[in-house]
Amino acid sequence: MKTEIYTPERNVVDDDRTTIERTILSDYKYGFVTDIQADEAPMGLNEDTIRFISAKKNEPQWMLEWRLKAYRHWCTLAGEEPTWANVKYPPINFQDIIYYSAPKNKTNSKSLEEIDPELRRTFEKLGISLNEQKRLSGVAVDIVVDSVSIGTTFKEQLAELGIIFCSMTEAIQEHPELVKKYLSSVVPITDNYFAALNSAVFTDGSFCYIPKGVRCPMELSTYFRINAENTGQFERTLIVAEEGSYVSYLEGCTAPMRDENQLHAAVVELIALDNAEIKYSTVQNWYPGDKEGKGGIYNFVTKRGICKGNNSKISWTQVETGSAITWKYPSVILKGDNSVGEFYSVAVTNNYQQADTGTKMLHLGKNTKSRIVSKGISAGFSNNSYRGLVHVSKNAANARNFSQCDSLLLGDKCGAHTFPYIEVKNNTAVVEHEATTSKIGEDQIFYCNQRGIDTETAVALIINGFAKEVMNQLPMEFAVEAQKLLAISLEGSVG
Amino acid sequence: MLRIENLHAGIEGKNILKGFNLEIKPGEVHAIMGPNGSGKSTLASVLAGRQDYEVTEGSIEFLGKDLLELSPEKRAGEGLFLAFQYPIEIAGLSTINFIKTSVNEIRKYRGQEPLDAVAFLKLMKEKMALMDIDKSLLSRSLNEGFSGGEKKRNEIFQMAMIQPKLAILDETDSGLDIDAIRIVANGVNTLRNKDNAVLVVTHYQRLLDYIIPDFVHVLYNGRIVKSGPKELALELEERGYEFIKNEISVEEEV
Ligand SMILES: Nc1ncnc2c1ncn2[C@@H]1O[C@H](COP(=O)(O)OP(=O)(O)OP(=O)(O)O)[C@@H](O)[C@H]1O
Ligand SMILES: [Mg+2]
Repeated sequence: MKTEIYTPERNVVDDDRTTIERTILSDYKYGFVTDIQADEAPMGLNEDTIRFISAKKNEPQWMLEWRLKAYRHWCTLAGEEPTWANVKYPPINFQDIIYYSAPKNKTNSKSLEEIDPELRRTFEKLGISLNEQKRLSGVAVDIVVDSVSIGTTFKEQLAELGIIFCSMTEAIQEHPELVKKYLSSVVPITDNYFAALNSAVFTDGSFCYIPKGVRCPMELSTYFRINAENTGQFERTLIVAEEGSYVSYLEGCTAPMRDENQLHAAVVELIALDNAEIKYSTVQNWYPGDKEGKGGIYNFVTKRGICKGNNSKISWTQVETGSAITWKYPSVILKGDNSVGEFYSVAVTNNYQQADTGTKMLHLGKNTKSRIVSKGISAGFSNNSYRGLVHVSKNAANARNFSQCDSLLLGDKCGAHTFPYIEVKNNTAVVEHEATTSKIGEDQIFYCNQRGIDTETAVALIINGFAKEVMNQLPMEFAVEAQKLLAISLEGSVG
Repeated sequence: MLRIENLHAGIEGKNILKGFNLEIKPGEVHAIMGPNGSGKSTLASVLAGRQDYEVTEGSIEFLGKDLLELSPEKRAGEGLFLAFQYPIEIAGLSTINFIKTSVNEIRKYRGQEPLDAVAFLKLMKEKMALMDIDKSLLSRSLNEGFSGGEKKRNEIFQMAMIQPKLAILDETDSGLDIDAIRIVANGVNTLRNKDNAVLVVTHYQRLLDYIIPDFVHVLYNGRIVKSGPKELALELEERGYEFIKNEISVEEEV
């Protein structure tokens, strides 16, 4: 099933008349570059690159073998980049990328105090304090710059509860049995083109393990920053929630403004065992490129969780405002009986940004439920597509799905598209899909103006109203930030 | 407070107001009546600063300022309020949140501190009682699913919260039941004082029984063709617009 619900016409409008048409790029305030020495791999990709990365990280042999296997698989896919997404970009030259870049000599700081002051200032600028005394209350942070994790806060406090929260590099060293057991158990290395690439060259990421019956007392958060030029960021995140445990995890991302496109191809895997719950929130604000569509991050990400145990729950919440191109479908495999999958998404595209994002809910167990709420906001010349699959397998008795896909258009040179796919193999399933498309009208703006509210604020009120159901899902500490981000990324797109 | 001189305005190349003159002094209530399509809402939109309307000639002075130079939000900041004939809806934005933003943006324009939650709540309760408006309505999305009457009442509630210097009510009475008309009129009257003024656009004498105008003007074909005391409204109600149209054609022949 494939329905294209709305494709706006690209008509020329009289600029003097229609205020909504004018688009001015807001300043991307995270676009600075930090001047730090980097330790880099030679440009390009071959088996030596992979050996280089593996050696840099002091990896055990099994890990290197695993990477090489992924690489060899990826090589067989050469030229088979996925093309089904509703996005357009010139072919990526994978030999033009540096696959490993680490801030020099500042890696593996045993103490956060040892972090390069320049890097520390970068994070202060981004509003993230590495100083545990001044930290956002109740949030533990892991920081990944380019290819490596530079430090994790609150590790000791978490360890007392048996919670492991560390960089992927460290997890491979310290907890190989867990990594071996779960890595690629949800996203196999052969899953797709970018997942294979990531498996071959991933350099860092976060690892979380919540033991049986433990409710993680604070938000766990990873902050990803691309700093170096010509690099790609390939991170790998793995979260395991044992029986009856709970964790809420948040990731944030930014990158400098550059004319060249940079590739970010991450893989995230979540595993929830019996009665466990994982809440995964993303605030993605990679550099979107300039007003003409030059530069920006290609964000090609595979995120998947498995509700492996009965009564388990996985909830994805994403606020996607950045990236030149986003290709991302956080999914849930509902294997355990009575398990629940949720996907809440706000995707904003402005100027020439392109987003093709959505989810897959695979109902395998009995009485499984899923809920999809997708809010797409398009402005400028951008294209915003929702693509979602709801699959109910033969044995998934009494599966329930509800999907709501709403699109909001600012102006009439942008596009909103909805591609819902529904496959039902069990006739006890109830699958509901609703979709709407609306425009921010001059009438709404004028009404606000008449009440003393300027156009920027009016747009912010309208889009926040539109996105409210999703924003409500975000942890309190980030909801306010995310609201501001929405407003900033659409700044100047109306009025 | 408001002086409109020789105003010519239109939309999409169509001239609608053709030499409109009006002066409103503080403390006054003016009523504008006129047949459908005569330009009443156009006047309200031009005063409020709607961009798609083009002013081709004339001037508007508001409280000593050139109104046409000001953006719509600045006009609101200066004290101009329009109760819309057709209030719009905004999904997901609670009415109360909207009004709070409005009140505080206007305060900001005037260099005042924003109202804190306590002060805002106090003001809100007072005006809710005045307008007999229910709290549950205010927690709903702005005008979404409101009945016609609820929308109109919400407009006047906002007016009560904002306390403008000049309020323009564009057919606020249409769609209101008899009790609601009294409540709305009562609200408007309570807010009246020697420093502010009201411009009421209506088709019916009924509202003017409650909000007693100092002047009644008849708008026809883009101009005021007749002005008089409140009794003029009664006469219009009885005789319709025909007699005015006849008067005009006689005048024009002369
Ligand atoms: N966007 C537009 N394009 C063309 N003509 C318009 C437009 N908007 C309004 N008009 C016309 O301008 C004239 C005046 O309209 P306006 O809404 O001001 O009348 P009104 O006096 O408020 O009428 P009513 O009593 O029905 O509310 C009408 O003939 C209307 O059709
Ligand atoms: Mg009208």
